[in-house]
Amino acid sequence: MSDLLAARSQMAVSLAFHIIFAVVGIGMPVLMVIAEQRWQKTGDGIYLELAKRWSKGTAILFAVGAVSGTVLSFELVLLWPEFMKFAGGIIGMPFSLEGFAFFTEAIFLGIYLYGWDRISPRAHIWSGVAVAVSGAASGIFVVTANAWMNSPAGFEIVGGQVTNVDPIAAMLNPAAFQQTLHMTLAAFTATGFAVAGIHAFLLLFDPLNAFHRRALSIALMVGAPAALLQPLSGDISARQVAAAQPVKLAAMEAHFETMPGAPLTVGGWPDVAAGEVRYGIKIPYGLSLLAFHDPSAVVKGLKDFPREDWPNVPIVHLAFQLMVALGTYLALVSLWAGLTALRGRDLAASRRLLQAIALGGPMGFIAIEAGWTVTEVGRQPWIIHGVLRTADAVTPMPGLIVPFLLFTLLYCLLGVIVVWLLYRQIIRSPRSAEWSRIYAPRGGPSV
Amino acid sequence: MFELGLPYIMAALLALSLNAYVLFGGADFGGGVWDLLASGPRRNRQREVIAHALGPIWEANHVWLIFAIVLTFTCFPAVAARLGTVLHIPLTLMLIGIVLRGSAFTFRTYDSQHDTTQHRWGRIFSSASVITPILLGVTIGAVATGRVGEERAGGFVAQYMEPWLTPFAFSVGLLALALFAFLAAVFLTLETNDHDLREDFRLRALGSGVAVFLASLLVLLLSSDQAPLVMAGLVGSPWALPLHLATGVTAIAVLAALWFRRFVLARIGVGLQVSLIFWGWVLAQYPLLIPPTFTIEGSAAPDTTLRALLIATALGGIVLVPSLWYLFHIFKTVPADPGARHS
Repeated sequence: MSDLLAARSQMAVSLAFHIIFAVVGIGMPVLMVIAEQRWQKTGDGIYLELAKRWSKGTAILFAVGAVSGTVLSFELVLLWPEFMKFAGGIIGMPFSLEGFAFFTEAIFLGIYLYGWDRISPRAHIWSGVAVAVSGAASGIFVVTANAWMNSPAGFEIVGGQVTNVDPIAAMLNPAAFQQTLHMTLAAFTATGFAVAGIHAFLLLFDPLNAFHRRALSIALMVGAPAALLQPLSGDISARQVAAAQPVKLAAMEAHFETMPGAPLTVGGWPDVAAGEVRYGIKIPYGLSLLAFHDPSAVVKGLKDFPREDWPNVPIVHLAFQLMVALGTYLALVSLWAGLTALRGRDLAASRRLLQAIALGGPMGFIAIEAGWTVTEVGRQPWIIHGVLRTADAVTPMPGLIVPFLLFTLLYCLLGVIVVWLLYRQIIRSPRSAEWSRIYAPRGGPSV
Repeated sequence: MFELGLPYIMAALLALSLNAYVLFGGADFGGGVWDLLASGPRRNRQREVIAHALGPIWEANHVWLIFAIVLTFTCFPAVAARLGTVLHIPLTLMLIGIVLRGSAFTFRTYDSQHDTTQHRWGRIFSSASVITPILLGVTIGAVATGRVGEERAGGFVAQYMEPWLTPFAFSVGLLALALFAFLAAVFLTLETNDHDLREDFRLRALGSGVAVFLASLLVLLLSSDQAPLVMAGLVGSPWALPLHLATGVTAIAVLAALWFRRFVLARIGVGLQVSLIFWGWVLAQYPLLIPPTFTIEGSAAPDTTLRALLIATALGGIVLVPSLWYLFHIFKTVPADPGARHS
């Protein structure tokens, strides 16, 4: 394994690990706050139990997110010193703002977790709101910095020297809005469906448990609207990529030949050597329509770009297809659940729906990983699109396979422990006969 | 002697955030040290007081380090690139320490309260609390020697090990460890109302105060040979004598306050003492960020960036300062007492 590949792999592992916890830090506070608000309003103890369990889960996940985030902020300079030397002064701004947002999140999470009997209920719920808002803000700032790597702005290069640096313009780069919108919705979708999936799964065995029913409805309230909006945001993102990074779009769609009225390829395996897709289904005019909202638009194909500027086409194409497929599934399930709820029917009464939601549980997170694979692998061989190549940004230190293996091992271990702890401490059904009875139509606990 | 240009203001902010990390993160690490060294009949209750004191605030305490690294790579990108390249190994080890420490602490809080489980997480948390500060000190010590800043020829060892693998750098690591343990012990005297527990922490504070003195002496001895530039600053500058006097007086005052059980006074004093030691290093290096070549002015990002960041910091401060005050107000002024539960 070359040092460059080791550095890229370490970054990939660190990001793939951290993103899960970062996303939970954005989504879970909203769930906690809704549950607590309902408890305060209705006095129903189940909501309090939910808020407490969810905040326990958030505490564990946030801590791992905090430490793995610290690692990432250092890895930027440990693995990519030449990148930071070039970009630090231009794009450091959103990182600093993220620092403040994350600080605020950590402060109010501390208050929320440990302050149950130290501050007024009102102050407590507002602390939860502060966690949710600063969590979302922190994600938005970091994604802004990533968007700049895709659509660099706010500087000029004159004679090999960076001049006219405008950190505000860099932060408000052309991809910032599209990427942050897509990621924020993804965070709510993934968290909402992960929680809904767990409780839907448990409801399959324990259909009258009021605890799981309430958890399911709150989780869907957060996850479903986001999942329904996501395809719209995906369309906005794709058109931005088509305009700013045509080679990435071509790789995503495995589109080799430049042509007007380009078809959309669904599925299939891109044969890079032959320059064609095997076993894919082609939808006529589909790509031109999606990328430019015009059936006759010309879509540039990979063959129009120098070979050394191509990303890894099979990985990008497959990751993109996976993301779209999972997103579509979650949007459809959301529609189903939404219609069921609108008709005033009981969500948990439909076994089919519960099964569909349970199946969707991990999908949001898998889609996020796939989506980041698209945007990161799709940007290669550049670390800053069109400006700096990844190979020129990596640290000169040899032996990078060692830290890569160390962090991979560490994160695998932590992952296993976290899952085990969550299972033991939070997910297992509370065995309260009383809570089961509330929904039992013919009376009598089902326990 | 001090310029008031933007680079200098940002460098001062960087030093301030590192200072805050040394105080808050430091006390946090120190808490872990005393968890490891918990002993005597009240061993478990000592650990409880420590966990209770850290619980709500440890994550916030560590954001100061993120601030410091972000300020470094935004305002002084070349410095960040150099540190990341030459100090790759100790910084990576430090990160692993930070990850293990934070997650083990949280796992211990939320895992089963069974003794063996608690013990296992406690072991990881406390040993990482000892190793991480040493590595933090090693990186600071390495910078002070000038080996990080100079161009070095040679292979892997010469370029990536020798700059930090020196007795001086490790003596700074020891000093950091002693200082953090001292800070924590003094702070912990005020985290319990139980007389015996308070005495436990008082004795630990007095002991680690002596360790700080010895470690400082070792650093000073080694610096004349290995960090001549910092040594020259610490001895020859016009501010050197007043600073040393102030540090010395504070150190004696803290020990005296501990002796006479004036714990609030000791807590204020120890914060001042540690800050003075920290600023001694900063001033001795001034105006260099990494001796002998990286100056504040020479490695600064463009003024537009620094100005925007200064404004952002001011705005962020408006949110941050009241929030931090609220956090510490809630958890550090109301004396809730886990240790007293058992007595």
